[in-house]
Amino acid sequence: MGWTGKVLRVDLTNGTSTSEPLNMEWADKYLGQRGLASKYLSEEMDPKADALGPDNKIIFATGPLTGTCASTGGRYSVITKGPLTGAIACSNSGGYWGAELKFAGWDMVIIEGQSPKPVYLTIFDDDVQIRDASEVWGKSVWEADAWVKSTHQDPMMHVAAIGVAGENKVLYSAIVNDLHRAAGRSGVGAVLGSKNLKAVGVRGTGGVSVKDFKAFMKATNDGKKVLKDNAVTGVGLPTFGTQVLMNVINESGALPTRNGRDVQFEGAKDISAEAMAEPRKSDGKPNLLTNQACFSCTIACGRISKIDEKHYTVQNKPQYWQASGGLEYEAAWALGAATGVSDLEALTYTNFICNEQGIDPISFGATVGAAMELYELGLIDKEKTGGLELVFGSTEALTTAVELTGKAEGFGKELGLGSARLTAKYGRPELAMTVKGQEFPAYDPRGVQGMGLTYATSNRGACHLRSYTVSSEIMGVPEKTDPLVTEGKAALVKAFQDATSAVDSSGLCVFTTFAWTLDDIAPQVDAAIPGDWTTEKLLEVGERIWNMERMFNNRAGFTAADDKLPERMMKDAAKTGPAKGLVSGLDKMLPEYYELRGWTPEGVPTNDTIDRLAM
Amino acid sequence: MLKALVIDPGKCTGCKQCEMACSYENEGVFNPSKSRIRVFDFHEDARFVPYTCTQCDEAWCQQACPVNAITTDEMGVKVVSDSLCVGCKVCTIACPFGTINYNASTGKVIKCDLCQGSPACADACPTAAITYQDIEQTGFDKMKLWAGKTGAAVEIDGPNTPV
Repeated sequence: MGWTGKVLRVDLTNGTSTSEPLNMEWADKYLGQRGLASKYLSEEMDPKADALGPDNKIIFATGPLTGTCASTGGRYSVITKGPLTGAIACSNSGGYWGAELKFAGWDMVIIEGQSPKPVYLTIFDDDVQIRDASEVWGKSVWEADAWVKSTHQDPMMHVAAIGVAGENKVLYSAIVNDLHRAAGRSGVGAVLGSKNLKAVGVRGTGGVSVKDFKAFMKATNDGKKVLKDNAVTGVGLPTFGTQVLMNVINESGALPTRNGRDVQFEGAKDISAEAMAEPRKSDGKPNLLTNQACFSCTIACGRISKIDEKHYTVQNKPQYWQASGGLEYEAAWALGAATGVSDLEALTYTNFICNEQGIDPISFGATVGAAMELYELGLIDKEKTGGLELVFGSTEALTTAVELTGKAEGFGKELGLGSARLTAKYGRPELAMTVKGQEFPAYDPRGVQGMGLTYATSNRGACHLRSYTVSSEIMGVPEKTDPLVTEGKAALVKAFQDATSAVDSSGLCVFTTFAWTLDDIAPQVDAAIPGDWTTEKLLEVGERIWNMERMFNNRAGFTAADDKLPERMMKDAAKTGPAKGLVSGLDKMLPEYYELRGWTPEGVPTNDTIDRLAM
Repeated sequence: MLKALVIDPGKCTGCKQCEMACSYENEGVFNPSKSRIRVFDFHEDARFVPYTCTQCDEAWCQQACPVNAITTDEMGVKVVSDSLCVGCKVCTIACPFGTINYNASTGKVIKCDLCQGSPACADACPTAAITYQDIEQTGFDKMKLWAGKTGAAVEIDGPNTPV
């Protein structure tokens, strides 16, 4: 109930697969998905192991609400050691794949070892096979998706795959399921590539049960009503998607622009949600066709877009004329503001290629932004880029760069290293807008102070989804705080981190938390699984998960010295907007944060904290 | 009043809440593979289309059934009797729409029976893409939409483009 109680273990070195019972003691302490799989990873592998070697493991994990009618109950996460960061990686995806794995009867799939040759995995309920993928190696995610379904003559399969980027171990390559939903960050795609595992195709015909159906239907219906009545989840997200943020964040002076040189982008309105919905000048049709829901989601924020067929990027490529996954806010920011490009069609094309070849558009766009700065400083020249004029604002540079990176050709090989390694290679590591090697997402720590602490302390490197204090600092949810001050932010970040860890372990989408608190989620979890799940228990589990991830990273060699922001955020004040004159106040927030966490000044959980959390 | 399911694909987001509600109602668990209603994803055209049995008056499935396991109830609904069904699957061949299907775990066929007059799929649909309406007025909303445009100074974009 809730959980299927079964774990699938696949050993690629020996070509075997086995079923084992879920560790229910751990499930009660770590819930599912992010938390539970991180527990398995922490217990089973040496955190110092090479992320791209055979000793790393990669886990596809569902939560107890995945595959139920709870709104957004279709999520899964990929947990592994990330090659981009060297830290624990946990990338969350929607679409339909996670629910399908549950219907096939599995809570999680633990993949270990390394196959000597390209393979793919099929899961038809209990029938699990490791199969030869030589025919599809070198192909895109989209081709792999179609090939797996046609090879097995089953259009109802759901496929999670890597593209050529993952095969080539691009350090920010993604795993993409259902064509355009991605476990996007930290290079989880490269881990699959290193294991020679191209794809996992799943088809399930079993049912998912819950502990108390009557209570579950009531709790989930109550939850759906809250989502529907909320302005963000009921109107804003379905209508505009996450892109509703573009103009809002720009006006807040927190839109990192041109590799963080600026905090406002003059082209923001041209790449915003509003621009996507307007008829194009070129053909009179809008970029946005419709919204799409992930499995079980009653919000439906996904964007489905179609590129203008006459746009230079696709005019001779009809394969890109079909509708596909459009720009979400983070992608639009990274591909646009971070590079200074404001051509909406070019950004959509670049996003399509990211989905097609399995690339994280956040890290890719940010890396192109860093490369553009190196180019403008004269540290990279045209000879190095293969003739590419890599200047801020160059649409052609962006769209060519994504093609090269996906295929790992020419200068694309260097872009595939990510900004930290690229800027270090050219002697200017301070120009990488990264934490623990992972690129910032779309909020400038000078304009939203809480996000500076969020990035610095995130266990998977810079990330907005670990504690989305923007919700409070900009949108006023659950209560408004001032984005420009540091006071109170340590506690705010901790509260968001702990709550989000629990949400990410449940099978639900974190976007529900614009409307839901843990008080809305606890009754849904409690009706699904045994264990008396209250808000307090969820928070405790969340805090336990956070500390466990931190301890994995500490064992991997990370220290307090890695909880830092790039020099630019600490020294170069914002030039415009409400945050004009401000730098990040991380140095004020961090010691307070360690203390609130019950960590030593060196950022290590104390024995008291470990005992208190029963770890 | 006889009622029918009315499906407006333009409102469907592809969330599959209908499949979850249907399988829970009929199977007691969440299991879309056993759902009587199914959402099709025509992703290249950005369209999601729920589809299920329309309860034909002269139903091919019923006429083809060799053991008279499919009967018509007082609401006009075609209902499969599990005790009579022998799992021969002739009805699945006869149905031109594919909406009656074999369930390997029971050895019987399954189809939509409108949940005895309270279809769970319509209740669960968050966008009103599936509604349960007066069987003689299923065109009401479309008629009203077009009526509203009659004589008004607006351009009609096309036959299936409600604004």
